[in-house]
Amino acid sequence: MKTFTYAWRYLWARPMGALLNVLLLTLGLSSITFLLLVSHHMERAFDRDLAGIDVVVGAKGSPMQLILAGVLHLDVPPGNVNFAAVKALEKNPLVAQVIPISLGDNYQSYRIVGTTHAYVAHYQAPLAQGRLWDAPMQVVLGATVARKLGMAVGQSFAGSHGLGGTGHKHGDHDYQVVGILGATGSVLDRLILTDSASVWRVHEPAHMDQGEAKDDHDTDHDHHDDHDADKALPDDKREVTMALVRYTTPMAAVSFPRWVNTTTDMQAAAPALEVTRLLHMLGLGTDVLRAFAGMLLLTAGLSVFIALWSAVRERRGDLALLRMLGAPASRIAALLLTEALWLALLSSLCALVLGQLFVLGLGAMLGLESALLAAGMLWPSTLLLVPALAVLVSLGAALLPAWDAYRSDVLQLLQSRG
Amino acid sequence: MTGPAVLQTHQLRYAYPGCAALAFPDVALAQGEVLLLSGPSGSGKSTWLALVAALVAPSAGSLTVAGQEIAALRGRAADAWRARNIGFLPQKLHLSAALTLRDNLALAYWAAGMPENPARIIQVLEALGVQSLAGRLPSQLSGGQAQRVALARAVLMAPPLILADEPTASLDDAAAADAIGLLLQAAKSQKASLVIATHDARVAQTLAALGVSAPVLLPLQASAAQTDEVPA
Repeated sequence: MKTFTYAWRYLWARPMGALLNVLLLTLGLSSITFLLLVSHHMERAFDRDLAGIDVVVGAKGSPMQLILAGVLHLDVPPGNVNFAAVKALEKNPLVAQVIPISLGDNYQSYRIVGTTHAYVAHYQAPLAQGRLWDAPMQVVLGATVARKLGMAVGQSFAGSHGLGGTGHKHGDHDYQVVGILGATGSVLDRLILTDSASVWRVHEPAHMDQGEAKDDHDTDHDHHDDHDADKALPDDKREVTMALVRYTTPMAAVSFPRWVNTTTDMQAAAPALEVTRLLHMLGLGTDVLRAFAGMLLLTAGLSVFIALWSAVRERRGDLALLRMLGAPASRIAALLLTEALWLALLSSLCALVLGQLFVLGLGAMLGLESALLAAGMLWPSTLLLVPALAVLVSLGAALLPAWDAYRSDVLQLLQSRG
Repeated sequence: MTGPAVLQTHQLRYAYPGCAALAFPDVALAQGEVLLLSGPSGSGKSTWLALVAALVAPSAGSLTVAGQEIAALRGRAADAWRARNIGFLPQKLHLSAALTLRDNLALAYWAAGMPENPARIIQVLEALGVQSLAGRLPSQLSGGQAQRVALARAVLMAPPLILADEPTASLDDAAAADAIGLLLQAAKSQKASLVIATHDARVAQTLAALGVSAPVLLPLQASAAQTDEVPA
């Protein structure tokens, strides 16, 4: 199609104008790409990490905090709960499964999570190397953790207190890596999993005396000298951070949370509900961004319009001459529309690449990679909206100039005597 | 007449909306002949050119070019016909600044909706002595070179009829004589008939000096004008 070649040449005959228009369109479109991608990444992350978890039971406090801490592993938990009380939930006929989660330590900012094998099974994580733990102080690394820290089966390390990276080291408690999980794309990838008993072993002796273990960030947390595994506490003295609960029936959603909230000193938070609330809050922010992106696109459309309009004015004689050479009016109009299409195509490509880079950059900057944003690029079908919008805006802007070109009067060419 | 008429008009009239009709003297132009379309601005030269190029349809009368009645041609049919039968040399050359000279000629094929013929492009550029400039942009040409390229574009499709609109405007005497000589030569080599629309007296002088006999057509403005003023 020669029309594309000529349109391309005419477009770049004025390189600054063409660049400006591509830039303006790209700005608007990349904002939209970014919004589409972030919301897709987040929905995907929520879908993936929340799947099959009907309710989370943990210490009273903010239910959203509980979800963010325990399911998505983004926030710190509101506190701990009694292990016996959690185990008691299993007896409830509405409950199909209870997975305990114990938080408190990290290694190089990766959370060490005390739990059971059921947690691994829940996310259907395959073992890439080694095996699952069968004793306390053995850990299985998530795929991202193993990759980023370059750790292998057989290595050992000491955890640090707290969930950040700055707590003091539990120098005497070495964890031993016994297995590495394959990548699941889920929250497991960036966790270090171990037996619940490991967390107890590291923490309990210090807190036991005061009977207070709710504060995960206890800064004058003592080192412990005696870590005999046999010195086990009864369950009702032990604590976990929360429990992930699966119902036997969807009907349980009606009564179970209320039952937990009123009859125990724990709270039940439904992930679906909290995430909807969260997305709604974020939605207010994205609405503003979307309106902003819309304004950018509108500006870009105007700029394209002005550029093509003046191009038609400037080339009026050239276009009339094309008519004289036998070009039907529709071919002249098509030439103008094709120029606009080139702008749409170029800016779509730039916007898609730029949008992806924004998301990758955001993930790297906020450390959200594989938390809310999947590692690597996603190409959801909603991104088709970007070229569609680009074509809509550019062709919309080109309509009037193209119509003007369509009507270019050859008689004027003959009469324009110098 | 030395052969079959390439251009023949009979009682050709054209009326702009709300204006008195222009009536044009009858013309019969044989292959290879030259016609001067003369008269001051506003005398109807442009209208006559537009009629002959099938850009506008006459209000009355008949118009035959290369044996085809074109008064009835409309829209795309007229465009396609024009592409093959009319070579046009505009006063302002309108070479596309974005394209090289070769592509400016190739653009004519695109406009005509015809497959490009690179060999023919080189051939006409060679005939006009500008083949070495084929890769240049119009902005890199002198005025004379640009006119040669525009002329190459006009003869590219080997049209039976070439229309030149004020080809000597803004040229000095020597350049004007060159331009006319070149135009005649190009028309002759393509065996095309030539119509030169001009109000420049130098054109007639140059033609006379070259020994070319060119009838002069003077469009008449009055609607009641008689149409039997056949050019001598």
